[in-house]
Amino acid sequence: MEISNSVLLTMLLLPVASALLALAADTKPAIMRWLVFPLLGVGGIMGVLQGAHILLQGGSQSFLFSPGLPWLHWHLRLDPLAGFFLLLIGIVVFAVSLFAPGYAREFEHSKQPLSVLGLFTGLFVTGMYLVILADDAFAFMVAWEVMSLSSYFLVAYQHQNAANRRAALLYLLMAHIGALAILLGFGVLAGFGGGFTFDLMRAAPLNLTWASIAFGLGLLGFGMKAGLVPVHVWLPEAHPVAPSHISALMSAVMLKVAVYGFIRLTFDLIGNVHWSWGVAVLVIGSITALYGVLYAMLQTDMKRLLAYSSVENIGIIFIGLGLSLTFFGTGNHLLGVLGLVAALYHSLNHAMFKSLLFLGAGTVIQRSHERDLERMGGLLSRMPWTGAFFLIGCISISALPPFNGFVSEWLIFQTALQVGSIHSGVLRAVIPIAAIVLALTSALAAACFVRLFGIAFLGQPRTRHVRRVREAGRGMVWSQGFLALLCLLLGVLPTLTVEAINHISFSLTGYKLQAATAHGWLWLTPMSADIASYSAPLVMLAILLAFAAWALMYFVMRPTGKANTVHTDAWDCGFGPLTPRMQYTATAFSMPVQRIFGSVCRLQEDIERLPRPHLQTEAESIRYQLQVEDSMWRWFYLPVVKLLHAAARRAGRIQSGHLRHYLLYSFITLILLLWLVT
Amino acid sequence: MIDWLLALSQAMLFALLAPLFTAWVRRIKCWLQNRRSPALLQPYRDLRRLFSKHVVMAHNASIIFRLTPYIIAAATLLAAVAVPLIAVNLPTAAIADVIVMAGFFALARFFLALAGMDIGTAFGGMGSSREMTIAALAEPAMLMAIFTLAMVASSTNLSTVISHVLADGLVLRPSLLFAFLSLVLVGIAETGRIPVDNPATHLELTMIHEAMILEYSGRHLALIEWASQIKLMLYGVLIANIFFPWGIAETADALSLAIAFIAIVFKLMLLGIFLALGETVLAKMRLFRVPAFLVLALTLSVIGLLSHIILEIN
Repeated sequence: MEISNSVLLTMLLLPVASALLALAADTKPAIMRWLVFPLLGVGGIMGVLQGAHILLQGGSQSFLFSPGLPWLHWHLRLDPLAGFFLLLIGIVVFAVSLFAPGYAREFEHSKQPLSVLGLFTGLFVTGMYLVILADDAFAFMVAWEVMSLSSYFLVAYQHQNAANRRAALLYLLMAHIGALAILLGFGVLAGFGGGFTFDLMRAAPLNLTWASIAFGLGLLGFGMKAGLVPVHVWLPEAHPVAPSHISALMSAVMLKVAVYGFIRLTFDLIGNVHWSWGVAVLVIGSITALYGVLYAMLQTDMKRLLAYSSVENIGIIFIGLGLSLTFFGTGNHLLGVLGLVAALYHSLNHAMFKSLLFLGAGTVIQRSHERDLERMGGLLSRMPWTGAFFLIGCISISALPPFNGFVSEWLIFQTALQVGSIHSGVLRAVIPIAAIVLALTSALAAACFVRLFGIAFLGQPRTRHVRRVREAGRGMVWSQGFLALLCLLLGVLPTLTVEAINHISFSLTGYKLQAATAHGWLWLTPMSADIASYSAPLVMLAILLAFAAWALMYFVMRPTGKANTVHTDAWDCGFGPLTPRMQYTATAFSMPVQRIFGSVCRLQEDIERLPRPHLQTEAESIRYQLQVEDSMWRWFYLPVVKLLHAAARRAGRIQSGHLRHYLLYSFITLILLLWLVT
Repeated sequence: MIDWLLALSQAMLFALLAPLFTAWVRRIKCWLQNRRSPALLQPYRDLRRLFSKHVVMAHNASIIFRLTPYIIAAATLLAAVAVPLIAVNLPTAAIADVIVMAGFFALARFFLALAGMDIGTAFGGMGSSREMTIAALAEPAMLMAIFTLAMVASSTNLSTVISHVLADGLVLRPSLLFAFLSLVLVGIAETGRIPVDNPATHLELTMIHEAMILEYSGRHLALIEWASQIKLMLYGVLIANIFFPWGIAETADALSLAIAFIAIVFKLMLLGIFLALGETVLAKMRLFRVPAFLVLALTLSVIGLLSHIILEIN
């Protein structure tokens, strides 16, 4: 069954319509709730349907639109890769549109106009859809800019705060440097291919040098958007300051659009990959993953922590992509496909659990007006549903079975373990080290999310606001429940997911994993059943059976009075009752990690001791403050800034102020140009 | 069908024998330290007593606190299903490979650490923080050792790995030697034994595992204790059966199963003696020495992996 032009156009126009309708929302806020967000949600559902359709059916379909100049058509194309990312965007957009009506109420009585929020949210979603669909560099870049600019306005939405403006400017700047690199990368391909449609670019005859240049530019440009270290610094600044449902969209979806762009450029347009690119991506991915999780561990701002964790997960996705490129480059196509499948699977998973966590964080922040972990506590008993779904998000992101994060990391480990089929000794040593980094990262991520959930949702509330918090409205809870359910399903049914993703790798590279799903839906066997197998449904069944057994035992024992529970105060060592201040803090929780890895991070510790009046050696009170600054500022950006300053000073010398000098410059330029032209 | 029954009874055997293994280690330790040892059945009596007692719970305990013991017990039992105790080539081994087994341990640890923070006492948070930090360093070391094995046998399936080592015969592979040493160190750290943690202390500022479960009582405590006994035995069986698999049953007939049972009991007794000896000779380390200990384990496993890559792949 073909998708008609009009269906595709409807999908693209629904978010635009929602954006335009939002302009009227300032006078009638109800429009937001009843029209703007539902339209966006329908747009999301259409994205899901069309994406799923093309993903399951395979094949591809081209469309032609001429929205602007009559001779400049926009080529759009829907293939399984695009369908997969369309599906991913659609799911999150749907969840967000369910969440946003309740969340945006907060802004109804604030200084910010609601219309701006609705307008740019709609444009943002349209931009992302278009990037995925674009089949020529022109449409791609226009859509990319729509996406970047509209998200800039969303980051700057609460612009009264100077820090938000600064974050937004940084984001805008880096987005454009990235866009420039992407444009140049496309330029290389278009130059050799003789045109800017992707079809011509695919056919471009590139030698290794030019292909590497195009690849490098693409890695820089898309890496900047995706948040690879060291060009990630905009991410932990911009994501926390945007409204929470926008943070969810940016973190869960926009970063994936960058991943999509990278895959499209490398696997599809350049096509003939070299193994050294894989090593570069692998190294950068490993550094990004470890760096991200270490900084996530040290944050006390809930959303900033999640933003750094996005950096970590992008690193994991790029580890998968790096493995895939390395294996493709060395001629092990099946293993390359396995790496690609793992990376795509992790992209999907990250979209699910990160949007879930950001929506949960948004709920907490909206209800309690606190974003600092050190001031939360005991939220689980006050908002049980949000707490339960947030816990599912935490389990998923910590890569624990039987949830979804585990499956994709397991697949990446399985890919890395097949290193024996590579002949180069260096590669054989590099790939296992990337696997160690991945293991360390996922273990630290578990620590990080135990800390996040434990400090925020367990224990006793640390402030008055938090003590009085109540559960959020229905839409906000349901949207989280929907995403949590997807996290579980993607974890329990990995075979079906891998089968769907197989279509992508087949259409991109011509290879697919035959063995992975050969043993039915119960068994996931990436290479063959001898090498490794995992049966998530049976694991889930076993867990359920165990719980059924415990429940049975509980109810059998209950009538005899043996299962009684006595409630009393917590044990306080025989001193006075416990106060919330006696609890372990988030900073204290991460102190051992900080001690061990402290040399990597730039930390500023302030210890202020107030001595007792009579006994100077004893402290009456001790204040400890920890400031965590991204070390990349010092290691990477300050040197670059210094270099730029020095270069500018050098260049400034030619500004003598004398007219004759300037005339001379013009003269030399003219001669040079004439020489170049002839 | 008989295979599934055998697999199930193997898991039951794990659960039933685990307290006995703990008792054995305690007994050897007592002998070495000139103390009178409790009876070998004492852990079973403790469990029975705890199961029949009331649960005393803090007022602000959440659902996490109540669920955690069951989750820990379920996850540990699941991990036990994946590890061949007396027979290889059982169908359950295909459900979960060794990475999934590490995942089950991680799941149990995740909930245990959350439960430690649930009541809001300082001890609980302290224990959780330390446990997660140590795990963060121990897990890569463990996975690396496992990867070495997996690359030697080109499989992450434990049953296949063991069959491979058996088929290989008695050869000294440097990679396996290093992986063995690394896995021993990781096992000590993960099961909370001396010199990383002391299972015999309560209420010291140095404790880790005991700090997290301080608020537990009654059947909850029983389940957690039982799970940690299973975990100790699991690591023992893992080390014994992977590196010294001789005796394990490759076919499911009664004689080879009986031999396998006797062999594993003997191997565990021997391992228990070494564990008790180590715990008697060594003292507990300071917390911030533990990273060095685990980095040693990681280095050993990396050396094992590299020696496999450099020396053994032709």
